[in-house]
Amino acid sequence: MTSARAQTPLVGVDLVRVQDVADAIETFGTRYLDRVFTAAEQADSTGEPRVRAERLAARFAAKEAALKVLRPTGARPPWTSIEVVRHESGACDLRLTGTAAELASAGGITALAVSLTHEHDQAAAAVVGLVGGASDPDILHGDLRRAASGAVPAPAWKEHP
Amino acid sequence: MSDTATIVRTVLEEHGRLAVPVDGLQNESDLYAAGLTSHASVNVMLALEDAFDLEFPERLLKKATFSSLGSIVEAIDEIRVDA
Repeated sequence: MTSARAQTPLVGVDLVRVQDVADAIETFGTRYLDRVFTAAEQADSTGEPRVRAERLAARFAAKEAALKVLRPTGARPPWTSIEVVRHESGACDLRLTGTAAELASAGGITALAVSLTHEHDQAAAAVVGLVGGASDPDILHGDLRRAASGAVPAPAWKEHP
Repeated sequence: MSDTATIVRTVLEEHGRLAVPVDGLQNESDLYAAGLTSHASVNVMLALEDAFDLEFPERLLKKATFSSLGSIVEAIDEIRVDA
């Protein structure tokens, strides 16, 4: 049994022009999409080209906002190692894999929450990470898994970000 | 100016969406201060990969790599040596 420990919040936000994403899709196509977004993110971001670009722009903003929480000192983790997971309710969570997950673990981040929004030509995301509260690596990884699974839900501002 | 630097300038002009003309930038000028966004840096990276027929490895995916014309040229030279 572990005692409660103080947790320190970390916050990251990012803003992306939707047209920039639309242009990148038009210019680089699949190579851009596969380099930046996971297959699940692409599947969650279907729709008319403009709507698709809005949803992907919000997800790109989430990845950059997450980076501001993870605070890498060297190489940044690949974009696809930070994934926005959308639940049926519309709420979104972050799933970290590979070097992004390692950064979170090394930084003592025990939970993450994300919120996305987009309107007209702008998409934005905010990510909150909690540091501390679990010193046992098994507990820490368990907390991260629960966060990734949606047990630490983030409120959704829209039905389908 | 090297051929590599010339091509990098062209790529930045076409994909960097900078707030200032690339012609006015020095090799050590801060590209982020010149308006390079994180998303535009992805476009620049992909365009450089097309232009030089290479792929940026994960270890070079850091903010510093795209911070100046000079740092981009250094990264390309490094990738070529490793190839």
